[in-house]
Amino acid sequence: MRTRLMELAVGAFIVMGIIGLIVMALRVSGLSATDAGDKYTIKAYFENLGGLTERAKVSMSGVTIGRVSKVYLDTEDYVAVVEMEINKSMSTLTLDTSAAILTAGLLGEKYIGLTVGAEDEYLADGDVIEDTQSALVLEELIGQFLFSKAEE
Amino acid sequence: MLKLIDKILDSIQALGNASLGRLQALGRAGVFLLSSLMWGGPGSAGFGDLVKQIYSIGVRSLSIIIVAGFFVGMVLGLQGYTILSDFGSEAALGTMVSLTLLRELGPVVTALLFAGRAGSALTAEIGLMKATEQISAMEMMGVDPLKRIITPRLWAGFISMPILALLFSLVGIWGGAYVGINMLGVDEGAYWGNMQASVEFYDDIIKGLIKSLVFGLVVTWIAVYQGFDSIPTSEGISKATTQTVVVASLAVLGLDFVLTAIMLGSI
Repeated sequence: MRTRLMELAVGAFIVMGIIGLIVMALRVSGLSATDAGDKYTIKAYFENLGGLTERAKVSMSGVTIGRVSKVYLDTEDYVAVVEMEINKSMSTLTLDTSAAILTAGLLGEKYIGLTVGAEDEYLADGDVIEDTQSALVLEELIGQFLFSKAEE
Repeated sequence: MLKLIDKILDSIQALGNASLGRLQALGRAGVFLLSSLMWGGPGSAGFGDLVKQIYSIGVRSLSIIIVAGFFVGMVLGLQGYTILSDFGSEAALGTMVSLTLLRELGPVVTALLFAGRAGSALTAEIGLMKATEQISAMEMMGVDPLKRIITPRLWAGFISMPILALLFSLVGIWGGAYVGINMLGVDEGAYWGNMQASVEFYDDIIKGLIKSLVFGLVVTWIAVYQGFDSIPTSEGISKATTQTVVVASLAVLGLDFVLTAIMLGSI
């Protein structure tokens, strides 16, 4: 009886460890259990990312509909390329959807905000969003402000 | 003049003697670890033994780890809130609490508690076995004490530590959430959302677990070695137990710096 209790306790201990790891993965690191099967990828070119990183949120009207999967520099045109995975359930993004890099709060993380347009056709896997708006960079804003002040 | 030279020579000799002693102990400990692990997998001395050791090392440390984790998490919640609210970014509380726990406090505090709770018990147990000549009796019967006593304990520590550290961090994150959300009024969505946006499964959770695996091995190694190498008297065992806690704690803190430096890749 004593060994049975002990073995039960050890088994429960190891199960707790495994469950802990799963909870940690899902709840804390936000690793989603859904696989890549129900997602599609679209691209967007930006002049300045201003701190947007991989795994950043892609949202529409404040609702998260996907994540940034890859960020790299186009070495021919020297613009930043952002690849994002959008949930298949949001498959009705129009061709003239616009993307902007926004900031959550004053010091919060950067995310991409999408706004739909008026076209009839929809973006498919691998398509590119044409209408983009780069991140606001504080130094550039201050620079512009000073410049316009100096001209007055 | 000659006396002075003699004195200098004496002190140099003492230094050399001490270093050789240290080096010898280190070598003995290394041979000891290798020859215990040579016996192979965790079940090599019988699975029952391993289960028994995981029970006494891991399961029975659970209560202290969970209580400590909850309090550490709550303190992090309070302190973090006070600091972050100066910058108006209380929303980052979840990020701060979870990253602090997963990367540093989880593995390190668990290892320190483990050294005090399980390491000292291991040393005292093995030391007493030696004092009551159970170990010599085993040798006489042709049973290898390393295989019979040390191997299952090393594996038990190695298996238990990451589980304990994981549960410590998990409970701590909930403790931080409890204080932050229920007592201080941080937005619940911001707490979990910002945490999920900034915690990486591999970079934060898995690397933390790797740290605690290393700590588990080192702490149990030091504990069983100190017990096995102790002078078999009551005084020797008490000295060995103290040594275990001191050496294991210092080793954990020192190794933590090295591991962090390697993992962050800045050295």
